[in-house]
Amino acid sequence: MTQEQTNLTIDNPKMSARDVKVFYGEKQAIKGVSIDVGMDHVTAFIGPSGCGKSTFLRTLNRMNDTVASARVEGEITLDGENIYAPSMDVVQLRARVGMVFQKPNPFPKSIYENIAYGPRIHGLAAGKADMDVIVEKSLRRAGLWDEVKDRLHDSGTALSGGQQQRLCIGRAIAVEPEVILMDEPCSALDPIATAKIEELIHELRGRYAIVIVTHNMQQAARVSQRTAFFHLGDLVEYGVTSDIFTNPRQERTKDYITGRYG
Amino acid sequence: MSTRNPTDWKSEAMRKRIAGRYAAERRFKFAGLFAVVLSASFLAFLLVTMMGNGLRGFTRTEIALKVDFPASPLLLDPKAITDEALANANLPMVTGTVAKTALGDKADALLSPTAWINIRDAIKADPTILSRTATISVPASTGLDLAAKSKGSPEMEAEVARLKQQGVLSTGFNFGFLTASDGTDPTQVGIWGAFKGSLLTMLVTLILSFPVGVATALYLEEYARKNWWTDIIEVSINNLAAVPSIIFGLLGLSIFLNLAHLPRSAALVGGMTLALMTMPVIVIAGRNAIKSVPPSIRDAALGIGASPVQVVFQHVLPLALPGILTGTIIGMARALGETAPLLMIGMRAFIATPPGGITDPATVLPVQIFLWSDEVSKGFVEKTSAAIIVLLAFLLAMNGLAIYLRNKFETRW
Amino acid sequence: MAEHTIKAFDEEIDRLRGLIAEMGGRAEAAIENAMLALQRQDKKLAAEVVADDKRIDAIEAEVEKLVIQVIALRAPMANDLRDVIAALKIVSVVERIGDYAKNIAKRVPLIATNKRTLEPIALLPSMGQVAGEMVHDALNAFAARDADLALAVIERDTVVDDFYNSVFRTLVTFMVENPKTISECAHLLFVAKNIERIGDHATNVAEMVYYAATGQTLPERERGADIQPED
Repeated sequence: MTQEQTNLTIDNPKMSARDVKVFYGEKQAIKGVSIDVGMDHVTAFIGPSGCGKSTFLRTLNRMNDTVASARVEGEITLDGENIYAPSMDVVQLRARVGMVFQKPNPFPKSIYENIAYGPRIHGLAAGKADMDVIVEKSLRRAGLWDEVKDRLHDSGTALSGGQQQRLCIGRAIAVEPEVILMDEPCSALDPIATAKIEELIHELRGRYAIVIVTHNMQQAARVSQRTAFFHLGDLVEYGVTSDIFTNPRQERTKDYITGRYG
Repeated sequence: MSTRNPTDWKSEAMRKRIAGRYAAERRFKFAGLFAVVLSASFLAFLLVTMMGNGLRGFTRTEIALKVDFPASPLLLDPKAITDEALANANLPMVTGTVAKTALGDKADALLSPTAWINIRDAIKADPTILSRTATISVPASTGLDLAAKSKGSPEMEAEVARLKQQGVLSTGFNFGFLTASDGTDPTQVGIWGAFKGSLLTMLVTLILSFPVGVATALYLEEYARKNWWTDIIEVSINNLAAVPSIIFGLLGLSIFLNLAHLPRSAALVGGMTLALMTMPVIVIAGRNAIKSVPPSIRDAALGIGASPVQVVFQHVLPLALPGILTGTIIGMARALGETAPLLMIGMRAFIATPPGGITDPATVLPVQIFLWSDEVSKGFVEKTSAAIIVLLAFLLAMNGLAIYLRNKFETRW
Repeated sequence: MAEHTIKAFDEEIDRLRGLIAEMGGRAEAAIENAMLALQRQDKKLAAEVVADDKRIDAIEAEVEKLVIQVIALRAPMANDLRDVIAALKIVSVVERIGDYAKNIAKRVPLIATNKRTLEPIALLPSMGQVAGEMVHDALNAFAARDADLALAVIERDTVVDDFYNSVFRTLVTFMVENPKTISECAHLLFVAKNIERIGDHATNVAEMVYYAATGQTLPERERGADIQPED
């Protein structure tokens, strides 16, 4: 029973990791994680601070490459293609595997420019009119269009925190990624803004494979269909969210989600 | 375990401690205020003396000279006024004669040796005056000028009193000071040559040091791996910024002049030498500005698939630009005020014509100030101060530009 | 089990368990007293059982309030969530058990008016005892999170069912032989039925305890048939 739960495999996974180890210099941050991420589910990574969930998330689009001392072992595939293979172009990978960060980080440019930047550098728009369509579609999908359609040329940093985060999601969507990674996207937001983001995640589900790291277990329970619990660099348990939250298999998972940790 | 007594917040000792705390705060505030007042008064003193002396340097004393052309020994055909005819007319002599008639025997000492130029210009402007008596404003001599403005020799003071009585003495703005170059007579010298020299030198400095400095800063911050090699480069750059400027002068002398045989006392070599000095400042300011760009912006750009070069040039650099520009302008301002290294590469020569290009012999404002302050003639004192005012205005304009650029490009995140 | 980081959460869970233990004790006592009253024809004791049922109802209300509060304020997860939900369900079942005991007690005066001896009465106390023990064990299992004990309770349900069938047959035979006692015997049949229901409810509690303790639901089992055709 336990093995079955922790190695829950998915048919036709979008991304899958096999025995992934991450080192920062001498220190091992991830100790051999194997996991499949499917297209139909929102996958949540939970776990206490420093458990490696964010580190692991960042290996999925090779954001760890920017850390000089980081070293990744094992295999991570996107549609069966190893993303750490020399033939994989990291710039393209990051367009296919988009990321939303903990702190809303719109570019200090206009709302329009924030969305248009990605499509422009990847040459996705055929012209100004095409770009306008992309911007509107992305903003609509990010649930922000009605709020900003009259001020597309105002600065993106002038929006409220929740709007900024939705702008960042729209910016990620604009390049039509296949996977969206979210690293604690609501930790800087108030509950209403958080609810809007969660609703947005719900709407985006199915169109993109979504992986969300969160400190907030209730949020993981609300938005995800698969939950992975990380602890001290291990993937302790991975399973159907409702199972994890009502009937975890592992003692460590249970202690964490019932608030008995530490 | 002994039980602690409840703290008596109202006790005598407590009250004293509070009073002591407030007293310390007051003392600190007073000391700070004193320091501010002291430095402000030094600055005020400097400005007041500069202005007191210097503003006079922008004015000159003029004498309204009545010239009765038909009665003068001038032989000119009003219908054929050419430069050649004017040159042959021996105007200096004529002016001397005319002045003697109008102002008395000592007229030679009253008028500036270049007074004839004003008369020539008046004739050129309107040849019809040759047939009548005209009043032409001509500059007074240095002695008279000094006596009129402040304190001159007793004879000149007497002359001033006499001329004032006649009502021919006046004070006007000395346009010549802003348009002329160095000269031997204080009434005729101007700042333009040195100003243009400074501009050209700064231009060379900016063109050389800005791209190199920014590129260095970008490379060190964005690309260079952290190892002992980059550590050494960093320490060297920091040390370079602290090296006395005279050393840079010597370096420029030995490399640019003795080795590369570039023209001596030219703005090009001056600019190159100053660029060496300014570059470390730009690198340090640039690195700090780049460091202060929040990593979240880099993450955001990388996260949607921007390449490192795109991240640097489309996000990091635009956001760091205000800081880099501020640093650059501060470095440039320091270079603008620099004298010592320029003396080493020969920019202390007497240059009577403004430089036409960066390879022409030139001088710069601070060197000009240095040279004039060395002059014996008393007329140069106020010229020195006036030149200092020009230099300060230049610096102020540069700093103003820095503030403007910073506010214009500053973005919040 | 480790304590919660938030101590007040532990205190609330403890209080919940305490209330359920008290309620279980009262329900158990009510069954015992009702059977005793029936056996001794003790109307006074029967009246006490009826009166005490109010306290059981009050505890149910208190537990409901506490459970809602815990869910709202502590957002319990996993085994905590199962415990709290089980507690909520258990109290409503135990309240029903209390009602059955009260119902038995209410019949005591009706049966007691008749001075004739009813032989089948002798069967009921031991049936009541088995049902009471089931309630007792089910609630003990909840307190101890003991899935095995809960399973044992579930198994014992057949004992009560068998008892019921035997009582049913005995009473029917008795009624055939003594038609004048039909009214009393009918009441006794209801009493037996009530005890059988108490056993079923104790089984329900045990199932909830099993789920709370393990997170697994028991496979649907063959329930003892209420009535077996006479052969």
